[in-house]
Amino acid sequence: MTLNGWLQILVYCAVMLLLTKPMGVFMAKVFSRERTWLDPVMRPIEKTLYKLTCVDEHREMRWTEYSIATLLFSAVSMLGLYLLERTQQWLPLNPQKFPAIPQDLAFNTAASFTSNTNWQFYSGEQVMSYLTQMAGLAFHNFVSAAAGMALAVAFIRGIARREKETIGNFWVDMTRAIFWVLLPLSLVAALVLVSQGVIQNFRPYDTARLIQPQLVQRVGQDGKPVFDASGKQVMDTITEQTIAQGPIASQEAIKELGTNGGGFLNSNSSHPFENPTPFSNFVEMVLIFLIPAGLTFTLGRMTGSQKHGWAVFAAMAVLFLVGITTTYWAEARGNPLLKGADETHTALQPGGNMEGKEVRFGIADSALFATITTDASCGAVNGMHDSYTPLGGMVLLVNIMLGEVVFGGVGAGLYGILIFVVLSVFIAGLMVGRTPEYLGKKIESYDVKMAMLYILIFPLMILLLAAASSLLPQGLATLNNHGPHGLSEILYAFTSATGNNGSAFAGLGANRWYNLAMAFAMLAGRFLMIVPMLAVAGNLARKKVVPPSPGTFPVTTPLFTALLVSVIIIVGALTFFPVLSLGPILEHLFMNSGRTF
Amino acid sequence: MKKNLVTSILYTLITTVILGILYPVLVTGLARFWPEKATGQLMVHNGVVIGSRIIAQPFTRPEYFHPRPSVAGPNGYAADNSSGSNLGPTSKILVDRVRKDVERLRRERSDRLVPVDLVTTSGSGLDPDITPAAAEFQAARVARARGISQDVVLKLVREHTRGRQFGFLGEARVNVVELNLALDTQDLLGDSGKRASSASR
Repeated sequence: MTLNGWLQILVYCAVMLLLTKPMGVFMAKVFSRERTWLDPVMRPIEKTLYKLTCVDEHREMRWTEYSIATLLFSAVSMLGLYLLERTQQWLPLNPQKFPAIPQDLAFNTAASFTSNTNWQFYSGEQVMSYLTQMAGLAFHNFVSAAAGMALAVAFIRGIARREKETIGNFWVDMTRAIFWVLLPLSLVAALVLVSQGVIQNFRPYDTARLIQPQLVQRVGQDGKPVFDASGKQVMDTITEQTIAQGPIASQEAIKELGTNGGGFLNSNSSHPFENPTPFSNFVEMVLIFLIPAGLTFTLGRMTGSQKHGWAVFAAMAVLFLVGITTTYWAEARGNPLLKGADETHTALQPGGNMEGKEVRFGIADSALFATITTDASCGAVNGMHDSYTPLGGMVLLVNIMLGEVVFGGVGAGLYGILIFVVLSVFIAGLMVGRTPEYLGKKIESYDVKMAMLYILIFPLMILLLAAASSLLPQGLATLNNHGPHGLSEILYAFTSATGNNGSAFAGLGANRWYNLAMAFAMLAGRFLMIVPMLAVAGNLARKKVVPPSPGTFPVTTPLFTALLVSVIIIVGALTFFPVLSLGPILEHLFMNSGRTF
Repeated sequence: MKKNLVTSILYTLITTVILGILYPVLVTGLARFWPEKATGQLMVHNGVVIGSRIIAQPFTRPEYFHPRPSVAGPNGYAADNSSGSNLGPTSKILVDRVRKDVERLRRERSDRLVPVDLVTTSGSGLDPDITPAAAEFQAARVARARGISQDVVLKLVREHTRGRQFGFLGEARVNVVELNLALDTQDLLGDSGKRASSASR
């Protein structure tokens, strides 16, 4: 670890802290339908959109209708993406003449982008047309993020309202999230990224004549080198390099801002065309946390308890700092098995575990990006998580296992941690022996049951599907690594899918089993969890407010923050520690004792 | 239910046009303020594209600086098939690969350990950069192969070393493609005759 590395982490934290309030205030205004400076441009668009789509902007919804609208819109737009993938060969903006995406992969991808996961079993530059990327994938980046924000705001309303049946209008919340927050910010961010070298064009791929032709062994159909009659290896000369192009910057901006994470190109934000400079990397990291951090302030503002917003922010910040410190330490320490390679930090190199990392980012920026992307449900990567050290990789895995509540996905992070808040005040209530209250609302058995349902669906999906995969031959067929790391690969896949993260231990290959099982996990991890969450919101909105008494557990203090952090860690640790000890922890011990697989 | 279904369909269609077509087209239009960057910083030599400034190319001859190893595509360095190795830290394939590369590089220069970035693949397989340590490690070989003094090569390396952005972001790095092009240009000015013999491999 270096001083400069810590300086970068510190500057990042400072920037996020400074942006949280303005972002939060702005979003509170947007969702409370107050006037903002964007109204002169956006208000006419909004009104026209409602007229064209038969939306009555003044009518509010109960939690049941809100859920139905969310599910219907997701189903329709998912079908749209599936059809686009299956018909791209006949549609325009396909300069590389890519054929249709195969059925099970198209289904997996449609589920992936609709659920804000952006798990990618395909290689973008090899199979997706520009039209599919823009109108299919990037479109979902916008709407799945907007839906997440809408759901979070609906939950906040549930807490803030008294004796009301409704929690807002899904279409209005979505529309305002898109046109006031996501679209304007993406436009600006995309241009900043272009100025750094992220490409944005509709050219067909370019062919470059290599400066030095490349001599390579000819490999036969069986994957083995070919020999000629005299027993000499046959060599081929490669003289050209095909360079992928495309409208990347516009997609890159919303990919980070909407915590989607699906790269235009296979290697995501580690590719020089998606993330060319340390500054573009910094901008992308800020975009990932911008809305989730801001929403904690929105929470405080809309519930009239700004201190509660900051207490939640503090819990997230603590977990974030623990994560980045551990990952940075583990990666800077390097891999002891790489003998003869200089992994020390000197004036001329950062050293550390550089497999799967880019030189321009080094260790600090890679570890920071990886921590942020797994804390949020983003899943963009600027280095390959599969090649992280066992402990560094374990932190990334644990970040997702905690439910992605460390700032978390756009919207999803906030409603995720609010479920933990409900659980925390319930536990505090048990400890003092009184009916638990949350900001004046009594938390009763229905709320706790729904909160527990939300919390239990998550490990159930992960552990059952990961266990099935490690027993089925189809589950083991496409592993890229063996030994404990193989288990980590499977575990990471289902954790990432159910958590709607989308980052990967990407050595795991696609086959029909994984395409379908992962699609199921992604849809369940999003939509099965939304319904109990909205049920809690609807039930809270109906309740009366009781005045605080001496027995009320305050949700604005450092004690509350500490309790919240403990609940999150205990739930996560109790659930996942056994399997973590068979995967990353065992691998760490093997690595230190010099064993390979 | 039915009303929400109708809205879902209409909403999907209309927002697809706005967010999926109009927005990227608008960004593409505005990106023309940075024409080179928006198209991948292509380098053109005598009317032929010879690569992108920010995408690695394979260099194996001794008179060139070598980039980091790559597993993008079947032969590496495929700029339409970016990929990392995705090998875990205890992978035998990884450990053996690094050992072989270390042995090869230490035959070239046995007085020091090999900078780690020179024997590890990057995330994209297209990392255009190496660390200043990795450039310095190769300077002796390049100088020998070109028959020029090591000081000239080191000076060129220093000129092509990019420091941290704004003084603190990222890490210092040397762009291999640009450095190699500069070496070739330097050769043409200085002792071009010696190159032919060493370029025979």
